[in-house]
Amino acid sequence: MNTDTHAAHAGDHHHGDGHSHGTFSSYMLGFVLSVVLTAIPFWLVMSGTLPSKQITALVIMAFAVVQIVVHMIYFLHMNTKSENGWSMMALIFTIVMVVIALSGSLWVMNHLNSNMMPMHQMSGMK
Amino acid sequence: MSPDLLKLIFGRLGLESLPLHEPIVVGTFVVVALGGATLLAGLTYFRLWGYLWREWFTTVDHKRIGIMYMILGIVMLLRGFADALMMRGQQMLAFNGSEGYLNAHHYDQVFTAHGVIMIFFVAMPLVTGLMNYVVPLQIGARDVSFPFLNNFSFWMTVGGAVLVMASLFIGEFARTGWLAYPPLSNIGYSPDVGVDYYIWALQVAGVGTTLSGINLICTIVKLRCPGMTMMKMPVFTWTSLCTNILIVASFPVLTVVLALLSLDRYVGTNFFTNDFGGSPMMYVNLIWIWGHPEVYILVLPAFGIFSEVTSTFSGKRLFGYTSMVYATVVITILSYLVWLHHFFTMGSGASVNSFFGITTMIISIPTGAKMFNWLFTMYRGRIRYELPMMWTIAFMLTFVLGGMTGVLLAVPPADFVLHNSLFLIAHFHNVIIGGVVFGAFAGINYWFPKAFGFKLDVFWGKLSFWFWVVGFYLAFMPLYVLGLMGVTRRLRVFDDPSLQIWFVIAAIGAGLVFLGILCMLMQFAVSFLKREQLKDVTGDPWDARTLEWATSSPPPDYNFAFTPVVHDNDAWWDMKKRGYQRPLTGFKPIHMPSSTGTGVILAGLATAMGFGLIWYIWWLAAVSFIAMLVVGIGHTFNYHRDFDIPADDVIRTEDARTKLLAGAK
Repeated sequence: MNTDTHAAHAGDHHHGDGHSHGTFSSYMLGFVLSVVLTAIPFWLVMSGTLPSKQITALVIMAFAVVQIVVHMIYFLHMNTKSENGWSMMALIFTIVMVVIALSGSLWVMNHLNSNMMPMHQMSGMK
Repeated sequence: MSPDLLKLIFGRLGLESLPLHEPIVVGTFVVVALGGATLLAGLTYFRLWGYLWREWFTTVDHKRIGIMYMILGIVMLLRGFADALMMRGQQMLAFNGSEGYLNAHHYDQVFTAHGVIMIFFVAMPLVTGLMNYVVPLQIGARDVSFPFLNNFSFWMTVGGAVLVMASLFIGEFARTGWLAYPPLSNIGYSPDVGVDYYIWALQVAGVGTTLSGINLICTIVKLRCPGMTMMKMPVFTWTSLCTNILIVASFPVLTVVLALLSLDRYVGTNFFTNDFGGSPMMYVNLIWIWGHPEVYILVLPAFGIFSEVTSTFSGKRLFGYTSMVYATVVITILSYLVWLHHFFTMGSGASVNSFFGITTMIISIPTGAKMFNWLFTMYRGRIRYELPMMWTIAFMLTFVLGGMTGVLLAVPPADFVLHNSLFLIAHFHNVIIGGVVFGAFAGINYWFPKAFGFKLDVFWGKLSFWFWVVGFYLAFMPLYVLGLMGVTRRLRVFDDPSLQIWFVIAAIGAGLVFLGILCMLMQFAVSFLKREQLKDVTGDPWDARTLEWATSSPPPDYNFAFTPVVHDNDAWWDMKKRGYQRPLTGFKPIHMPSSTGTGVILAGLATAMGFGLIWYIWWLAAVSFIAMLVVGIGHTFNYHRDFDIPADDVIRTEDARTKLLAGAK
């Protein structure tokens, strides 16, 4: 969609042409995928199939990431072209921010934990 | 009535919650109550309620909302500055065995309230207000993308401010410092309502800030007029875009941190407690992931203002537009990589500290590039020392100083000596006052004629300027000295009598700043009285360069009768050079959004919910929450969302302007 033509009728509530609103089958596919991606982690937790809790947690997180991608593609209709590439840009920015905040916090907190936490509390922390 | 029933109705709110034992607070209350009653009576007597409700409170016009933000910021500045004067007074007096005049309980609230108010309810509204007013005009738009949301955001900010103000007279405010670090802010050490006031005021206002960030990003991305590519946007619009991206990326972090803290306080979780695996250090880490971008949220728009002002009053195109844009974007990203420099001393290892020390020093490079761009813009320019330019030059001198002490603090070993000292206090006041506050004043003086159709009075403006600048240096240079001598922040009494002289000087400085604020209020009053003499009918009193000056002052509701078409960076300058003629015919009806009271109602309910949660008045919280849902859903059935300004009205407005312009020549 062209921002310039859009600006010409600022205040109107027209949607641009670049939006894809999805079809019935794409919505169904997205829905089925998200149900499956929710059901498997649920089953993993309830049945305790995997040997350790840590592995289970990691697997669930992986499913969560896939789930996010499914939502973005099928429900938010994001692709590299939508909104003149702004969606993609926003997504990249978001990922950069999240990676900085998460990895930075883990790094910092790991340091603080090993330097600052008294030993008797360390043993209590898993 | 039985105590149980009372508790059910009033929660923990009781008569003993009123601070009747604090003569200073009672005195303030009397003054505020009298002033408030006079104001309300005046509004009723002159029958202004209907006018205010229809034309201002329910408006979705970005210009009026912008002005209301500015008024909120200035009103709260008076409150925040009163706190500052009290602290300066206390620290000046509390020597040689004297306890000063504030007890610890009150003093701790004062310094907490000062920080919270100045950042959230002074700096943020001033910055948001200027962006709200100017950005749509600069990009040739008729309003923001979501006009109703804009109104709602503003009233949520007001709701937060109301809660903070209420804490002065009903109960108490937090005594934790402005970021409410646990474990002090946890329920065990702060069982009173203070921290709850803090949490809910920030949560309510934070919703408004985040939504207004989304709104302005969308506006800048989607509503630019034809021809205005990203690299033709005015620099203020660029810095606003980056600021709002920072808001949207960082405020959710604050919301989550405060939500976790409230869980700790309300339902007994242990995220930030000392026991059961909780970690108060995690709070410090998380809140600074928000807190550092926050300072750039404040200062980037100020950089934008200075860019516009420098180029206008030097009569030259901004030097290094592209580098200015890239510097802004780089600062946006880098501002996310430096948060740990706020807690070098908390115990991270050398590798972590040196990483964050270096990123902090790196951020001064794009900032320095900006400084040189402004200097080169002025170089060989025909500089007019009008008020906005005076503030800009004061900024350049002051901010460089503050920036250099900042780089000094970025060196971890130096920070171990200076952490939490008055040197730090002097540093961040140096950059926030020198950058953000001076920027807001430059912006107010620059855009005031656009908003109201007359310039601000120069005499009182200059008086205010000199009081502010001299007062600032007198107030904060002694703090650098004291900080280097090892005096820590937030102290209430002092043992060493040799320090007193510095606090006396600082108090004198604060007094001068107070005169500066009074002169500024006087400047507004005098300008209003002399509005006929100061009138500007051209809409372009400064011979400026960007699109907002292409329309009349004040702009009509629809901003531009025809959407402008842009060919060059300084669009209006380019239009003037090419002999642009205003179109006089061919006007069409203009489609505009309608006013709505829903924003006021929703924000009022949110504030009531906050109040209920603070005082454990659960029924009030529940009722107002449900009411919010009902009103919110109800608003989706409101189909009177837009209307057309008839072509006749547009013709009448534009003809009136044509006559004025003809008269001006």
